[in-house]
Amino acid sequence: MIVHDVSSTDAPHIRIKPVEGWSGFGLKDLWDYRELLYFLTWRDVKVRYKQTAIGAAWAVVQPFMTMVVFTMIFGYLAGMSSEGQPYPLFSFAALMPWTYFSKSLSQSVTSVVGNAHLITKVYFPRLLLPISAVASGLIDFAISFVFFLGMMAWYGTMPTWRMLLAPVFLLLTILTALAVSFWLSAINVRYRDVGQAIPFLIHLWLYASPVAYSLRELPEKWQLLLAFNPMTGVIEGFRWALLGNTAPDVRSMSVSAAVVLALLFSGVVFFRRIEATFADVV
Amino acid sequence: MSGIAIRVKNISKKYEIAAGKRRHDTLRDHVSDAIRSFVRSNGRSPRPRANEFWSLKDVSFEVKRGEIVGVIGRNGAGKSTLLKILSRITAPTMGEAGIYGRVASLLEVGTGFHGELTGRENIYLNGAILGMRKAEIDRKFDEIVAFSEVEKFIDTPVKRYSTGMHVRLAFAVAAHLEPEILLVDEVLAVGDAAFQKKCLNKMEEVGHEGRTVLFVSHNMASITRLCPRVILLDGGRILKDGPAHDAVAAYSEHWLDIGAVHEWNDPATAPGGAVARLRAVRVRTENSLMSDGVDIRQPVAIELEYEVLQSGYVLLPYLNLHNQEGAFVLEALDVDSEWRGRSRPQGVYASTAWIPGNLLADGVHFVSVGLSTMSPDIMQFHVYDAAAFHVIDSMDGDSARGDWTGALGGAVVRPLLKWTTVQREAPDGRSGRSLTRA
Repeated sequence: MIVHDVSSTDAPHIRIKPVEGWSGFGLKDLWDYRELLYFLTWRDVKVRYKQTAIGAAWAVVQPFMTMVVFTMIFGYLAGMSSEGQPYPLFSFAALMPWTYFSKSLSQSVTSVVGNAHLITKVYFPRLLLPISAVASGLIDFAISFVFFLGMMAWYGTMPTWRMLLAPVFLLLTILTALAVSFWLSAINVRYRDVGQAIPFLIHLWLYASPVAYSLRELPEKWQLLLAFNPMTGVIEGFRWALLGNTAPDVRSMSVSAAVVLALLFSGVVFFRRIEATFADVV
Repeated sequence: MSGIAIRVKNISKKYEIAAGKRRHDTLRDHVSDAIRSFVRSNGRSPRPRANEFWSLKDVSFEVKRGEIVGVIGRNGAGKSTLLKILSRITAPTMGEAGIYGRVASLLEVGTGFHGELTGRENIYLNGAILGMRKAEIDRKFDEIVAFSEVEKFIDTPVKRYSTGMHVRLAFAVAAHLEPEILLVDEVLAVGDAAFQKKCLNKMEEVGHEGRTVLFVSHNMASITRLCPRVILLDGGRILKDGPAHDAVAAYSEHWLDIGAVHEWNDPATAPGGAVARLRAVRVRTENSLMSDGVDIRQPVAIELEYEVLQSGYVLLPYLNLHNQEGAFVLEALDVDSEWRGRSRPQGVYASTAWIPGNLLADGVHFVSVGLSTMSPDIMQFHVYDAAAFHVIDSMDGDSARGDWTGALGGAVVRPLLKWTTVQREAPDGRSGRSLTRA
């Protein structure tokens, strides 16, 4: 059982009150329920590829096919610069975090609504739902990363010490996915429009991120504007860490990071403010 | 540590029922509402906004450590809301409550069960959802499997389970929770009789271990057996809080207050939406007399009288029946071909449903009525327990009980069936007539 520690014996372990104002981040509650986070994530992973013919290979198929298409259209036909890298490597290095991000988003936006049967029947910190949706995609990411290492070997590209910094950029991806997920999954409880808009939003977001093209192809002022899209920092970071492309600009990197933190913070605040009404509205 | 396990102080909960009940809003609704109210700001009244509905009103009580308290009340009395507030699923609108100890709530069995996962996997998932630690589940795993009686299928996905197996596995997990305070809703109303008994025994065990239990149920038999103290809720307030037999007696008598006829003479308070408004619900028998008591053999008419305020909608009037144990007896929609699929002009209508004689069991029946428009599907009204009537068993030998005058098992309905009995074999070994004839 989850033990709610009490310092004073007279204070209730759980105090139930009307929702008024700010009730904190609930980090302790999240920590108490960490095992449930594990089980929810594990459930999502287990169920995802049940009754599919190729199972976890799907984790690679999607970014791989996108890479093939991008290579044909942008690499060969449009002849876009890939900063001296083979275009497949150049695009796959970006497609890994991008696929993880977009899958996390589409999973987590419906995570609260999709678990209505839990929300109306049992208490747990509601933040676990979008968090577990984002966490469950990490397995797919790991699989496609292994595939990418194979691609690097195929093209004879040597990894450098910078690859050790890839986790930093992965963390930035996770935080971005979480931040957007908190906002959208909460809004989706009330306005199902979000669920309708999300495929479209992801589609637009893809083109606003330097996945198919190089950031340096753009005029200077556009580059800075694009930095407000946190996925720009993520993708630039990944390319630099994995392929040794031009180091990301410190200024745009900090803009990306600042945007993520602001989104994340406000997302948690927003989610926590309206989570008490989820069971009544969903 | 103080002797209190649950303290509830002046808890109230308000729900807002939109005039046209929607499952969820869309941005468009809000935008169009805003535009509409802006456009109409000069003179015309805006679209009627949400109705308030107090599901709980100023409820206070305390439960001592080790006490087992039952909560009863009719549908919509606020039982489930109370449980949801104490379980932290929804927040109260006013008041506060304190829970003193480790708490687990069971609002249903098998919360979070996933059909694609095996029995083993679901035990872990469901256990974690109910608040168990992994180490705790590991420790109790064999015991849970044994209790569930599904050992052989533990590595089969639960979607291949029968309903009975599903329920047994789910209850087995729940039965192995070890909270200090347990909040339970109606979960025993599932499974076969033998397993229900096993669960009741397990619950009693729980009580004897000094655990505090708050038990919401419609099942009077299990309530009186398990709970020395019972709280009776009605219309969101506590009507009675005391020894079990007092509260149960008060509950059974309480239906008399409802009566067979319910009329709303004031349009302002009558339930309804923009398209239709309820005027009356009447229960009567063939000879047209309003009646509380109906012979079990006689047909019963339930009449909904309502006013259609806006023309152009196809309407779906319906009724539900619950018995005094709270069991859902039947639901029926108006199938009269006269107005089926036809949009209705304004006016006052009466839709009458005839429940055949020799169908319902004896005892009190509560009638809930409602009406919704067909497309879009917008609920105009739904009134719980709008009327009640008492089906009286005549024991004259021509009802389904035949010549038996003793107690019956308590089935929800008691239809008179066509029976045929023939002698197939005589004691001297010759085949009975019906076989030799063939």
